[in-house]
Amino acid sequence: MYAVEYQKAKSATEASGLIAKSGGKALAGGQSLIAAMKLRLAQPGTLVDLAGIPELAGIRVEGGALAIGAMTRHADIASAAEVKRTIPALAALAEGIGDRQVRNMGTIGGSLANNDPAADWPAAVLGLGATVVTHKRRIAADDFFKGMYETALAADEIITAVSFPTPKKAAYAKFPNPASRFALVGVFVAQLGDGSVRVAVTGAAPSVFRAASLEAALAKSFTPDAAKAARVDAAGLNNDLHASAAYRAHLVPVIASRAVAAA
Amino acid sequence: MGIAISMTVNGAAVSAEIDPRTLLVDFLRVNLGLTGTHVGCDTAQCGACTIHLDGRAVKACNLLALQANGAKVTTIEGLAGNGDLHPMQAAFKECHGLQCGFCTPGMVMSAIDLVQRHPGADEATIRAQLEGNLCRCTGYHNIVKAVQQGAAAMSR
Ligand code: FES
Ligand code: FES
Repeated sequence: MYAVEYQKAKSATEASGLIAKSGGKALAGGQSLIAAMKLRLAQPGTLVDLAGIPELAGIRVEGGALAIGAMTRHADIASAAEVKRTIPALAALAEGIGDRQVRNMGTIGGSLANNDPAADWPAAVLGLGATVVTHKRRIAADDFFKGMYETALAADEIITAVSFPTPKKAAYAKFPNPASRFALVGVFVAQLGDGSVRVAVTGAAPSVFRAASLEAALAKSFTPDAAKAARVDAAGLNNDLHASAAYRAHLVPVIASRAVAAA
Repeated sequence: MGIAISMTVNGAAVSAEIDPRTLLVDFLRVNLGLTGTHVGCDTAQCGACTIHLDGRAVKACNLLALQANGAKVTTIEGLAGNGDLHPMQAAFKECHGLQCGFCTPGMVMSAIDLVQRHPGADEATIRAQLEGNLCRCTGYHNIVKAVQQGAAAMSR
């Protein structure tokens, strides 16, 4: 790892200022960032640690929504009673991230800011039409994910929380790569309070996306069979040593049907 | 440039001036000489470097030492009390839960975290929760047995 300066912030606003001044990067749990720095794929000159900032912590039920603080660890989301009660699909998703040790450090905010093409949280945020709250604004999920490792966040913008609307039904299913356990294809399905259906797919393309054909099919009939009968175009999907684009296109409806069955 | 750090490791207060890029695993092994925590992969995959940070199993190769500033850290060296093996260590020994032993410190640390969170875990849960620990020797069978026996002994 290249040399790096380290600073610790006491508030999101202070962290933003330190990042703007130093040109550095925010450090959340570090489960992707530290690994990337060790490989010299990332080389920020300064790290601004967000650990311990009170406004980034905590899980709250707010009316028809569940707000999860950005620095909440995956393991804490997986075991939180409020999450299990209001949106159990999120607890199950969190329990399936990486491994125990990674879940004990990694955070929801860090995962979203990183926007790894195969990360699980982006599927939940887009699939539920959640709102990403930063220290200066609220960003709708549909406007947040911009491309591979790219989001709508400014370089010095700090995610403080994510607000998920409570759905009627929701579930996440994934086909993990047998070695890395990252999603080869992961699908989050949700039937929202107004009856509308959203389907978000991760792992299959350069960034998480909504599958229009599945949303249309499931809006008519929210059943595993309807999901399985939908077709997803292979154009634009990832084609790599792990799986061809055609294979991923085939997997999306299959995994979607498993998610619907679990919802 | 040095930066001050202090934490509690196996019950003892330690402090030092370190390069900010120092990984927690290097701080433990190099600065403190606690070489029981192993480095198998250095890429956050194998779990050999697993330690407890404020009671939770984490991979010390994927953390800056500064992320543990002010925390309570427990390594494999901190488990045995008065020369008696921790029940989980004893179970690994009795069940032949190791061969070369390289993965064992991480396995034991993970197993204790697992039992604290899932008391009475069944075999499937144990296997799933040990996903972050790789063993190249045993085939896992006796590790799972050891965790079950260690869990029973810990509840006594
Ligand atoms: S050495 Fe840390 S996970 Fe392998
Ligand atoms: S006993 Fe050799 S790696 Fe596990």
